[in-house]
Amino acid sequence: MNDINVGKTPLLQIEGLTKFFGGLRAVSDFNLSINSGELVGLIGPNGAGKTTVFNQITGIYLPTKGTVKFNGINLVGFEPHEITRTGIGRTFQNIRLFSNLSVLDNVRIAFHPQSGYSMFDSILSTSRFFKREQEIIEKAQELLEVMNLSRFQNEIARNLPYGEQRRVEIARALACQPQLLLLDEPAAGMNPKEIMQLMDMIHFVRENFKLTILLIEHQMRVVMGICEYITVMDFGEIIARGNPKEIQDNPKVIEAYLGKGAANAA
Amino acid sequence: MQSVSKPQKPPVIVSPNSFLAWIGKIFLLVIGLFAVYILAINLFDKPYLFAQNVINGIQLGFVYALIALGYTMVYGIVKLINFAHGDVFMVSAFVSFFAVERFALHQWPQRLFPGFNPSLSTVIGTVTTILLSMVICVLLAITIERVAYKPLREAPRIAALITAIGVSFFLEYFGLLNFVFSARYIPYQRPFEVVTWYIKDGIHLVESGVTPPDGAITISNILIIIIFATILVQIFLQYLVRRTKIGIAMRATSFDKPTARLMGIQVDKVISFTFAIGASFAALGGVLYAIAYPSIRTLMGVYPGLKAFVAAVLGGIGSIPGAFVGALIMGQAEAMTSGYISTPMRDAIAFSILILVLLIKPTGIFGEPEKEKA
Amino acid sequence: MDITAMIFSLVKIVAVIAYLYGLLWVLGVKLKKVEIAGKLVDPSLGVNIFGGVIAFGVIQLALTKFNGFSLLNDFDSGLLYQACTMTMVALGLNLIYGFNGQFSLGQWGFYGIGAYTAADITYRWVNGDSRGLVVVGVGVIIGGLVILLIGKFLSNLRRMPVLSSFTLYLIGSILAGVVAVYAGKLAAPLLDPFLGDSLNKGVLAQGLPMQVVFFLAVVFAGIFAAEVSFLFGLPVLSLGSDYFGIATLGFSIVVYTLMVNSDTILPFPEMKGGRGMIGIPKLTTWFWAFLFLVLVIVIMRNIIRSSTGRSILSVREDETAARSMGIDVARTKLMSFVIGSFFAGIGGGVYAHFIGFLSPGAFDFLVGFNPLIIIVFGGLGSMTGTITASFGWIFFLEGMLREILGKISPEAPSWRYVLYPLTLLLLMLVRPQGLLGSVEWGFLKSKIIPLRKSETREGVNNHE
Repeated sequence: MNDINVGKTPLLQIEGLTKFFGGLRAVSDFNLSINSGELVGLIGPNGAGKTTVFNQITGIYLPTKGTVKFNGINLVGFEPHEITRTGIGRTFQNIRLFSNLSVLDNVRIAFHPQSGYSMFDSILSTSRFFKREQEIIEKAQELLEVMNLSRFQNEIARNLPYGEQRRVEIARALACQPQLLLLDEPAAGMNPKEIMQLMDMIHFVRENFKLTILLIEHQMRVVMGICEYITVMDFGEIIARGNPKEIQDNPKVIEAYLGKGAANAA
Repeated sequence: MQSVSKPQKPPVIVSPNSFLAWIGKIFLLVIGLFAVYILAINLFDKPYLFAQNVINGIQLGFVYALIALGYTMVYGIVKLINFAHGDVFMVSAFVSFFAVERFALHQWPQRLFPGFNPSLSTVIGTVTTILLSMVICVLLAITIERVAYKPLREAPRIAALITAIGVSFFLEYFGLLNFVFSARYIPYQRPFEVVTWYIKDGIHLVESGVTPPDGAITISNILIIIIFATILVQIFLQYLVRRTKIGIAMRATSFDKPTARLMGIQVDKVISFTFAIGASFAALGGVLYAIAYPSIRTLMGVYPGLKAFVAAVLGGIGSIPGAFVGALIMGQAEAMTSGYISTPMRDAIAFSILILVLLIKPTGIFGEPEKEKA
Repeated sequence: MDITAMIFSLVKIVAVIAYLYGLLWVLGVKLKKVEIAGKLVDPSLGVNIFGGVIAFGVIQLALTKFNGFSLLNDFDSGLLYQACTMTMVALGLNLIYGFNGQFSLGQWGFYGIGAYTAADITYRWVNGDSRGLVVVGVGVIIGGLVILLIGKFLSNLRRMPVLSSFTLYLIGSILAGVVAVYAGKLAAPLLDPFLGDSLNKGVLAQGLPMQVVFFLAVVFAGIFAAEVSFLFGLPVLSLGSDYFGIATLGFSIVVYTLMVNSDTILPFPEMKGGRGMIGIPKLTTWFWAFLFLVLVIVIMRNIIRSSTGRSILSVREDETAARSMGIDVARTKLMSFVIGSFFAGIGGGVYAHFIGFLSPGAFDFLVGFNPLIIIVFGGLGSMTGTITASFGWIFFLEGMLREILGKISPEAPSWRYVLYPLTLLLLMLVRPQGLLGSVEWGFLKSKIIPLRKSETREGVNNHE
């Protein structure tokens, strides 16, 4: 790995991550190191194990082996909600909004761990409750405004157009106050114009919120366009890593994506 | 933008072999040992009584197995707890009751052709009665499926469950009306005489009005019929599911409905067929249950239905051998509880076992491990 | 058919629903702040409380006998109390199922636990035995503390098998129970002399002290039901929706079985098993029914509108997404289950003391589907719907139909139980979200947050 900041502790350091489902090896000996502020892509064909890596980072699956260090703390064994609270936000491949709730509520839910009042404050309607609620509303509205969603504030989430739903999901992830944002195929189902907008947005969010971003993507053009480093997986293993240029020319990657014969034919 | 990241204590991960992880297992072990202890002292105290309880348990268990098949097949295919299944069981008992009591269907060959061999007449008549109950219950089940469940196939699963509860209630409370079945316990007239033998120094026939001596184990012909019928049904069902076209269609539908539809399987028909098959077995169970325990009432299907469902879950819902094994376990548990702990607690035990088994193996004894979630 | 009786019953139903909506409206009135003596004062709370008192007074007046005549007779007041308890139970279930999405059939069991616990406390109290109150009181308090302590201990552990946690909690609770029994034995000589017996009531068994004991009995019964639901819910909530439903149904059946055998399997001869517990002091007055009802409504509404409430909703919507938003899903489920059961326990306590007679038949699991049907009717996730449906259901089924069908023939009232599963079926087929959907009214309505006044900040995708 051509890492510039040698010596500095990486924000996220994954070592030897392995996951078995029964006898099936979904991810094997996965290593990845991300420094603060980087935008890293993780690509690979369908079924390569990308989402499984995400699910292990966020604690939805317990890794069979390996460590996931975030800010120097090993996250393995933490519950998903605790991992989110340490500063990792994520979106989902197939949008998972709270579809019967309003857009504002969707974002407000993500503020729950930071609500700063207990259930008894809410039952007794203390002044702290009203103050914190107001703060949460303001923060949530600010996020919606940044994501250009203000006018949808009181809409029910499922009634929004697809692109807007993706943005709500990102707003919701940002509400978790993450240092690291995990985006799972954000461009899935988008047309080229929307993909352009999405890439703009990812840049914008990264600058404005000082985020480190790890991005799973299926479509090469998105990753090539915005990522600084790329890791390529196939069949649960890393087959290549480097900057977009190196990846583009890597024969192994072409083979993984197009198959052996296709690589030759191309 | 402030960060919420706080320095956290590294979590203590409880390894599967540590004492903390074992606390739960020790708890189970204590319960298990206690049960074994109770059974053991009773076994050594009065072995014949123990054997009698085992036989009672087998009789119950085999009837539960007949009902459980319907639950497990329907759940396997549409993921619905068909609450009305227990009431189909009840309806079957009442159909056979009216057939025997009002129309003497159990003796029709003799009544039509006087001079017909009486025992052959009873056999043919009883089989006809059972078939009639099965046909009516199949029609009932298909009607229920078409009217109440089919429109909700795409709705949330709980909506269908609530509908199932509604159907079950309707059948029960409709039956409770005085001009229907009323709320009373009704003595059930058996289509044939129950013959009982006792085993002590050889097998002897129990004469009517004579109690068997102490230390004897009694068995009856109905027990043998129940065992025989259930095994027959199991074999038939295995054959149906493994070898026939409709069986393969059922398995395909339960595995993946949209794909099955794409393969040209008429999913709705397969589902109706599943309901029908399940109802016919429950109907068979209903008649046999009523002959074995000859006192019927409108709410008689509630507890056997629930216990059969528990049995299906226990064995691994969706699995046909699982339902059978689960039902046998339930039958034994119930017989032993009413024999040695307390009769009223037998209903409670069923559910305690269910909860314990689900906690240890959430997919049941024969259940397949869950697939990777998306 | 008696037309006037029918019209009268209908008027009663309409009146009671109108009354409820009025109550919810007055509790939710928001006024502008006014300046009094140079200070900005918010008069809303005063108006809400005053409105509540008026609402209480209206019915109280209607119940009071003037020259032996009162606007509402005993039958009506019975319906009223029944509707209040049913509302509490149904609200609790709506929290568990409608808001949190956990399909529970065990609500009726917790209702029964609450009823029997509260009834046993006051029954023993008026018969000169203080142990009921002391044992349950000390038990639930120590039990609660023990549960909190064990929870604290377990919060450092990860991947703890749920059965092990359950065993620890169970042992803790049993120990708390043992301590409570000893506390009861110690306190008995101190308190019993002031209680008198069933004929000569002592100082503490009448007047204000008795009312306080009643209040404590109901609250302790609620907490007891909540703690039982905690112990039960901890392992069972991890099973997943269908299995959770069937396990909770099993819970109701176990509770029912225990009630039938309360004098043989359980050591409570005064409950008299299947014959039914008689001689429970009839302490529920409109004051208490109204107070507990309003308390339950206010507590639940305040939870729902808070961040906790939103986390409860998020679990219903999508568990995985909720987890990834930092919400402790297991804890949220358990919490809503425990709070819901607490409401059921309170409802049970109030019910026991107005009916004065508890028979296990009233807690049969078949009857236990009623709250489920009510919340489905009213709308899952709608408090207004639940309240309306509870009152409407009691006044319609128990009031109007029973009265009117009873006049046609003695057989006819049993028809109502045939009609309502049919109605349920039709409703599920035609309008599965319930009559009111998730619409709320007045006090229960969440306030609509106005759009933010834009500060024209640079957002994303502005070049659309």
